[in-house]
Amino acid sequence: MALTRRDVIRTGIVGGAGLLLADRFGPRGWAAAPAAKAKSIIQIWMWGGPCHIDTFDPKPGAGSDYTGPLDKPIPTNVDGLQIGELLPLLARQADKYSVIRSMTHGNNAHESASYWVQTGRKPGDRLVFPGVGSVVSLLRGYNVGYKGLIPPYVVLTQLQGRFSESGFLGPRFAPFATGSDPQQTPFAVQGVITPGITEQRQRDRRELLHTLNTFGNALKGQPALDAFVQSEDQAYELILGDAGKVFDLSQETNETRERYGRNTFGQSCLAARRLVERGVPYVTINFQGWDTHKQHFQTMRQRLPWLDKGMSVLLADLAERGLLDSTIIWWGGEFGRTPRVQWEAPWNGGRGHWGQAFSTVLAGGGFKGGHVIGSTDARGEEVRERPVYPEDVIASMYEQLGFDVNAKLPNPDGLDIRLVPTTAEGAQPIKRLTEIM
Amino acid sequence: MSAMRALLVAVLAASATLATTAAPYAGQNPPLPATAVTLGPPGAQSPFESTAAVTSNNKIDDIVFAQLKRLNLKPAGSSSDAVFVRRAYLDVIGTLPTADEARTFLDDQNPSKRAALVDRLLERPEYADYWAMKWGDVLRIKSEFPINLWPNAVQAYHRWVKTAIRDNMPYDRFVRELLTQNGSNFRVAPVNFYRAVQSRDPLAIASTVALTFMGTRTDRWPKERLDGMSMFFSRIGYKPTGEWKEEIVYFDPDKAPAPSAAGVLKQPVFPDGTRATIAPGQDPREVFATWLISPANPWFARTAANRAWYWLMGRGVIQDPDDIRPDNPPSNPELLDYLEKAFVASRYDFKALQRLILNSATYQLSSLPQTATPEAEANFAHAIIRPLDAEVLVDAINQITGGAEEYQSAIPEPFTFVPPDVRSIALGDGSVTSAFLETFGRPPRDSGLASERNSRPTASQRLQLLNGGDIQRKIQQGPKMQALLQAGGGGQPFIVNLYLTILSRRPTDDEIKAVGGYVQSAVGNPQAGGGARRQAALDLAWALINSAEFRYRH
Repeated sequence: MALTRRDVIRTGIVGGAGLLLADRFGPRGWAAAPAAKAKSIIQIWMWGGPCHIDTFDPKPGAGSDYTGPLDKPIPTNVDGLQIGELLPLLARQADKYSVIRSMTHGNNAHESASYWVQTGRKPGDRLVFPGVGSVVSLLRGYNVGYKGLIPPYVVLTQLQGRFSESGFLGPRFAPFATGSDPQQTPFAVQGVITPGITEQRQRDRRELLHTLNTFGNALKGQPALDAFVQSEDQAYELILGDAGKVFDLSQETNETRERYGRNTFGQSCLAARRLVERGVPYVTINFQGWDTHKQHFQTMRQRLPWLDKGMSVLLADLAERGLLDSTIIWWGGEFGRTPRVQWEAPWNGGRGHWGQAFSTVLAGGGFKGGHVIGSTDARGEEVRERPVYPEDVIASMYEQLGFDVNAKLPNPDGLDIRLVPTTAEGAQPIKRLTEIM
Repeated sequence: MSAMRALLVAVLAASATLATTAAPYAGQNPPLPATAVTLGPPGAQSPFESTAAVTSNNKIDDIVFAQLKRLNLKPAGSSSDAVFVRRAYLDVIGTLPTADEARTFLDDQNPSKRAALVDRLLERPEYADYWAMKWGDVLRIKSEFPINLWPNAVQAYHRWVKTAIRDNMPYDRFVRELLTQNGSNFRVAPVNFYRAVQSRDPLAIASTVALTFMGTRTDRWPKERLDGMSMFFSRIGYKPTGEWKEEIVYFDPDKAPAPSAAGVLKQPVFPDGTRATIAPGQDPREVFATWLISPANPWFARTAANRAWYWLMGRGVIQDPDDIRPDNPPSNPELLDYLEKAFVASRYDFKALQRLILNSATYQLSSLPQTATPEAEANFAHAIIRPLDAEVLVDAINQITGGAEEYQSAIPEPFTFVPPDVRSIALGDGSVTSAFLETFGRPPRDSGLASERNSRPTASQRLQLLNGGDIQRKIQQGPKMQALLQAGGGGQPFIVNLYLTILSRRPTDDEIKAVGGYVQSAVGNPQAGGGARRQAALDLAWALINSAEFRYRH
């Protein structure tokens, strides 16, 4: 019987194949240097690039060419901190999160900006780097004792695309995308729940499968089929047993479901809370619809209230359950949007891509709330002080997770690649977010 | 070609005369070792074993059975015709037999029908698809990271490999062309061998050559040995053209050897320690290729023969097939020697080697062990079960249901469009994939190692097959499944047809009874609607697709 990769690593049996695998996936140098404060990350991915001015970096003094109709920012429960007027519920939770207003990378293309923000690496390198979710899945997943039946890296509900999540770590560390829509009942998570097949029929079919198991019976007790039998038991734990119930949002009270908002994003926040509660280390909520070249303000009026409700309740609910201290909420998209409204045709009141300056929000998992890092100029066009790059955010999150950012990332070339870019690679030095750590 | 075949026939004939003295297990079986797990006799009803005695078909069997006798290991019975037809189709052409194909074979009364089937399969067009896929893994044929071939070159490379397989190009010529060509990666396809590497450093190329054609991992070599070998690959030039991603790979006599190697050596050294002499202006790759493919080379034919055995038997005589080293000996040295000699004698005729293995009684043993020990497996006392390759599984499900696969590619441009009815075994590009293929362990083609193809069953695989939306859709709506259902859902002919379609055999009496009972209870259920019979029929298809018997090549 062949050893599994994990066996090889655990027992230190390093044979021919083992040497290579251990080299590629082994825990060499992974000893967690800083003490881990965070156990999980919930990434709220604002697919398309949310406008910084209309959310967390309002510029009321810049005039209506910049603010459009959203020119009345509101105070928050943190002195001196104002945010966009369409986020009143988040304003009441501002003590729980901090806003980085000086994010920058200068990249205005969705693909490369998404890549940079989520991998911490400038695009264009020969290597395709893994995103934060896959790195967490490597360092907190099955290789290092994660036992959950729910995969360690879950995306609600569709993959982000535009970016290869697992990069050179390979498909083993790719996310599990639930598909379907948590707003629907049932939330038909791919493979776990199949609409139209009742639980009774599931049970009947399983029995039929066992009755017709002529070959399996002929090989009964043989190790050759162990893994197959085991995989069936695990699968049915999800389909019929307790493990899959994490996705059954009907287990929550109606009141809770209403509180999060009866929309895809709100119910995704609820599902994310349930996943984190059960120890899933990385959840992405892929919130689409922020690429607002046209109809920008209509979209803001429609979608920001969903964000406001879902995210504010997520923060409050995690805090009430004592989970916020161990859960990082990472909000943001690939860039901001053109501060000056494009009133001209064909945009007729839209905003383009803006990688010069944008905002990111961090909460929980050891990050202090109620702080603002950096600032932009009076029109939100350029970073005025304390520029923060994607890798600075990622390095800080890794630190909260207890990862040694100088540890090597296993890669097929065996190159000396660290968790975050190093000066040896030609990158500028990482500036940790010490203000909120 | 026919001359080569004649040679092999001569070798086989010679072994056949030896075989007459053998037939070791036709009569009494040797006593079992005390520790062995024994199973009851399969009985006449077993769909998996034939009642015929296991007798030696060729020299392979003489060698394998003699060793089993020495080790006191009892071989499994002979596989049934149903098991054989399925196994041969899956192993030779990566394709499930259709119900008609299975039925025709099962009903064929010709006593030599197995050999005849092997001959037919070796000439099927899918043969080239399937073996180009296997070689695509070894040669790392894919567009992107960490292999930077890009789509145009991938297509040229894959087409060349597939054509070579279709035409049964002698293996020594195949390797020589891969190692020694010059020209554009779009036009002279074999040069892509030197581009489908993770690094163009001569040391890395030498490592890749050693792994690919010598089945050897250089990370255990003394440094001087790899340095010496790398010198053969230190004068490879790469230059771009005006065409995007086109590159000329060529022998560049003026190129200075890489500093890492040049510091130690002036001349290349073969891995066996012999110093090579390179004439001025001579391409050192030519010199290396000549050494490599020489019949006297201890690695070359041995690696290929062991790999051929591994691919058909599920385990190498040396295991893993790419980890040949002195402290990892073959489980049966005489067997590997024989395979190697037969291969060389046939002038490196890969198909002839496969035919030799496929016609052996050893290959045709049942997968139900008489002795279930690791030792029995290592000595090929029974067929080794293994999950279907991801690609083969996808194709089989689509063949059964009439469904199609949705492929995608991470390559931004040029956009590669793959029509959904292209079979997965025919995909040339390892970067073109589907969620299903990824879940079921398709190799990433990063390293060329056989262990990259991870076929260990996982919970997420079972989830997809038991309960995934795609599989449900295919079973419920696939046009072929519809046609099967319309031809009489629930009745006995339907059940027989379904078994032949999915498991390539007829159901046993017990199975017909069990299925009848299931259908009865579904239809008899007072809450059952009009579609209950159809639903029960779909459940049956679902259950057979989810059985170990379907999931495994056995």
